[in-house]
Amino acid sequence: MRGDPAGMRVLQPRTIEEALDAFARRPSAVPLAGGTDFMVAWNAGGENGRVILDLSAITSWKRVRVSGRGLRIGALTTHWQLQHEASVKKHLPLLAEACATIGGRQIQTRGTLGGNIANASPAGDTFPPLAVYDAKVRLRSASGRRTLPFIEVFEGVKKTSLGAGELIESIDVDAPRKPTRQLFRKVGTRAASAISKTVAAGLLWTRPDGAIRELRFALGSMAPTVKRLRAVEAFVAGKKPTGEVVEEAAALLEEDVSPIDDFRSTRFYRLEVSRNLLRAFLK
Amino acid sequence: MIQLKVNGKQRSFRGRRFKRLIDVLREDFDLTGTKEGCGEGECGACSVFVDGELVNSCLIPVYQADGARVETVEALGDPDALDPLQASFLTEGGAQCGICTPGMLMSAWAFVRDGGRDDLDAIRTALAGNLCRCTGYQHIVSSVVATVRDKTRTSARRRTKKK
Ligand SMILES: Cc1cc2nc3c(=O)[nH]c(=O)nc-3n(C[C@H](O)[C@H](O)[C@H](O)COP(=O)(O)OP(=O)(O)OC[C@H]3O[C@@H](n4cnc5c(N)ncnc54)[C@H](O)[C@@H]3O)c2cc1C
Ligand code: FES
Ligand code: FES
Repeated sequence: MRGDPAGMRVLQPRTIEEALDAFARRPSAVPLAGGTDFMVAWNAGGENGRVILDLSAITSWKRVRVSGRGLRIGALTTHWQLQHEASVKKHLPLLAEACATIGGRQIQTRGTLGGNIANASPAGDTFPPLAVYDAKVRLRSASGRRTLPFIEVFEGVKKTSLGAGELIESIDVDAPRKPTRQLFRKVGTRAASAISKTVAAGLLWTRPDGAIRELRFALGSMAPTVKRLRAVEAFVAGKKPTGEVVEEAAALLEEDVSPIDDFRSTRFYRLEVSRNLLRAFLK
Repeated sequence: MIQLKVNGKQRSFRGRRFKRLIDVLREDFDLTGTKEGCGEGECGACSVFVDGELVNSCLIPVYQADGARVETVEALGDPDALDPLQASFLTEGGAQCGICTPGMLMSAWAFVRDGGRDDLDAIRTALAGNLCRCTGYQHIVSSVVATVRDKTRTSARRRTKKK
């Protein structure tokens, strides 16, 4: 089966309020942002007969606002915008880097940050950066707003904790103090359009004596949802990254992730590569 | 009714709002330069500009392009007046079966338009959203390199003349 335009209904709200009211009345409608996830499924015939809630008119969600140390990234900001936005490159370089690896230019000019999050793929490439930046996600519905820590948006593979009639409005991030080292690394078969086998982001602050003040490390594609390596982070805090400490940290990685064998890669490969990324980052 | 400005011409479309932009271009406007390779966003054969941005027309329901400017490969040049990019694809062997070529040209066009330089990594990144089953990519990259070099030479010549 293919996508059949005949059965599709499109709601085109002109304002945020209209969009939220329409979504409250039709909670089964599909919000449509850049369409780079939804249209693939629709083309394959899997989404016929849907009611679409088009978000294109909400232009105020297509911007990044900076206030003090805080960045408020509108949910409809595209990966292309984000990798070129001066404030993002300066304060959240790992996010800018991640956005530049999402498909080719054609995907980046349409695909949005809000869509990436709402789609909740285990391999979402913006997730490890947003996890180490301790981002917050602002949700909005006709009955109000709520804010969730980034990691808590995800409940499982392709499952979020968004309620009926709720839209992602923005992703809020405070610029961290300057890290000693930082890392974004996507491991896949091709530069563009390849779904990650594993994807990592790390921030590290050290003390003048070389001991680790704080580590934040997150992995994607290694569990149903993105994971911060809490056990590793707690273990290395205050320690000097000696060979032994690094080995013990690498061994603790499995406490927080549970990678699987699938057609893209194996559990063994994913663990080994992730451990190597962590080792190299700590040393 | 949906209004589009396609390759400089005002067009209107009265069919289903959720029809894909690629199908409207090919079936309703008879612009068959734009190709469908995969229908999944992977291959880039359907690349066009919407309001100047390079996009995959297989992933856009036409209503989302209402009021927009659209450029397809037909706007780049025609057999009587080839764009330098098209000429380079011919001389460098950048096309074999030709299915990927319209999309490759659109991505290359975006790259050249935005001031892209003779830098192999940058060219490969610019073409990363386009797949080719025939050429092995090297000839396509060379085509873009040749265009960019010619362009630099021409504009250098122009600058010297002005002096
Ligand atoms: C060829 C190709 C390559 C890709 N490569 C990558 C990659 O390397 N890494 C990666 O992470 N992803 C990749 N993707 C997936 C996709 O491009 C991204 O997930 C993108 O960010 C989705 O955004 P969108 O605006 O296009 O989403 P849409 O398709 O518009 O929406 C996706 C889902 O999110 C919901 N949604 C959208 N916006 C909101 C909102 N504001 N509030 C609530 N719900 C919302 C929609 O209802 C839908 O269920 C790729 C896709 C393709 C086709
Ligand atoms: S046909 Fe659109 S990307 Fe392949
Ligand atoms: S020339 Fe045949 S696919 Fe590229």
